[in-house]
Amino acid sequence: MIAKKDLEHMAWLSRLELSEDDKEKYTPKLNSVLDYFGELDRVDTEGVEPTYHVLALSNVFREDEVNMPGSSLTQDEALSNAPKKQDGFFKAPRMM
Amino acid sequence: MAGINELRERIHSGSSEEIVAEYLEKIESSKLNAFITIARENAIACAREIDSKGHDGALAGIPVAIKDNISTKGIPTTCASKILTGYIPPYDAHVIERLKDAGAIIIGKTNMDEFAMGTSTETSFYGATKNPWDLERVPGGSSGGSAAAVAGGEVPLSLGSDTGGSVRCPASFCGVVGLKPTYGVISRYGLISYANSLEQIGPFATNVRDVTALFDVIAGYDARDSTSIKKEANYSSALKNDVRGLKIGVPGEYFGEGTDETVEKAVWDAIHTLEDLGASWKEVTMPHTKYALAAYYIIAMSEASSNLARFDGMRYGLRTEDSDWHTTFSQVRAAGFGDEVKRRILLGTYALSAGYHDKYYLKALKVRTLIKRDFERAFSDVDVLITPTMPYPAFKLGEKIGDPLSLYLADVDTVPINLAGVPSVSVPCGFSGRLPIGMQIIGKHFDEATILRTAYTFEENTDFHTQRPEGF
Repeated sequence: MIAKKDLEHMAWLSRLELSEDDKEKYTPKLNSVLDYFGELDRVDTEGVEPTYHVLALSNVFREDEVNMPGSSLTQDEALSNAPKKQDGFFKAPRMM
Repeated sequence: MAGINELRERIHSGSSEEIVAEYLEKIESSKLNAFITIARENAIACAREIDSKGHDGALAGIPVAIKDNISTKGIPTTCASKILTGYIPPYDAHVIERLKDAGAIIIGKTNMDEFAMGTSTETSFYGATKNPWDLERVPGGSSGGSAAAVAGGEVPLSLGSDTGGSVRCPASFCGVVGLKPTYGVISRYGLISYANSLEQIGPFATNVRDVTALFDVIAGYDARDSTSIKKEANYSSALKNDVRGLKIGVPGEYFGEGTDETVEKAVWDAIHTLEDLGASWKEVTMPHTKYALAAYYIIAMSEASSNLARFDGMRYGLRTEDSDWHTTFSQVRAAGFGDEVKRRILLGTYALSAGYHDKYYLKALKVRTLIKRDFERAFSDVDVLITPTMPYPAFKLGEKIGDPLSLYLADVDTVPINLAGVPSVSVPCGFSGRLPIGMQIIGKHFDEATILRTAYTFEENTDFHTQRPEGF
């Protein structure tokens, strides 16, 4: 059961500002979905390994060279969509 | 409705520009809201180039519409979200590079549920897409724009993406063919991630031959996607009108409570049609099917909460007025994401958070193993599985959107396929009144050839795919 303070904690972790109205609206909907997720408690998974990837690929390595087409953008391309930029950098908000 | 072969002949005797202009006109006067961006200038310029220089590619001069979560260099890509307002990708997705090499014309970007999170294309920031068979009904989702555009004759081919049914569901609701390939067969490079362990790009067309031709163009290894598989195949050459000796499995779990009678009957009729053509069928059991939906949503939301962390207003998209560091990010994301995306990020964060990780996320991954084993067991005995794609035909706009859980339950027959990573195709197999019904044909890993052959044979011996919505 997600209480209001759990929702506020989740919102903080996911950097999503929620209005009081959002909190009211979301809580019952999130709880009905969470309640449904509880179905999985009925499955016996003792000794079952988790599946992270369906084809069980292991790490794929390549040579440490800049040689793949499209593997990097020019500085101009990388900055082309930035809402705020300065002196060739992305401009972030102040830390404090 | 023109197929690729007919268009090729027209391009040969006339011009690609003429065909592209015709389609653009249809799109621009459409009531469906299937497109977010119409790439008129780009499409006309590319068609002129093909006409003047010639091109021997498989799709030379043929228009293709692209779901708006696939990156297209120089053409806005929004994921149907306010948060990507104004974003113009500086690079092409791998599938777009392949389409361009084949001479295809990118005609526009199609509407979808915001970040592909939905079953109805109603969560789009750009408004809902309508179903051409009944303008008061949803086209399915999340690739609803791509399916509706093909069904409405606004484009002969399109691409969608399928995380839990997002190609097959709208294919079923709109009466077209849609393929979700084996995980890893098509590169995800340039597909904006929602749930990366589940999703694949997939093709739409009005018939199996055209879907397969498009699939042949976009499938193949790409080093930039670490889950891409090295496997070369020509799927079109596998299309034969022959299912003699084919062993079909019918899992009863997919015909359960909530399945509409007309859907159940249409799919069984289709199985009997294949039987008459020389296939055999038997019932199989897949006991963990009922847990697939919960496992799917836990995994998808968990991956989404991580994948969507990148949208912070720094490098692209929406930026609100600056405050301090954390507040700025929180406000950009609050202003940019819609309700369903926010709910999924919040629940995904919950499922991964300390104290709940084992109960939800890890548990779901273990259930995923059991579901995968259900498929392995079934496929030790049969070649394909046949089920309904969706438990019912297209529902009304606004009917389910207020209750997320009831909307999630619509995905009951499609999500197990993504959890197992196997390929599946939805083909038209009947009607409920005037609304199309889709049959889902599921195959073993990398055995697209068999499911496409089965679908092709069914199509060659029936005429459901030739029927078009009135007025389109």
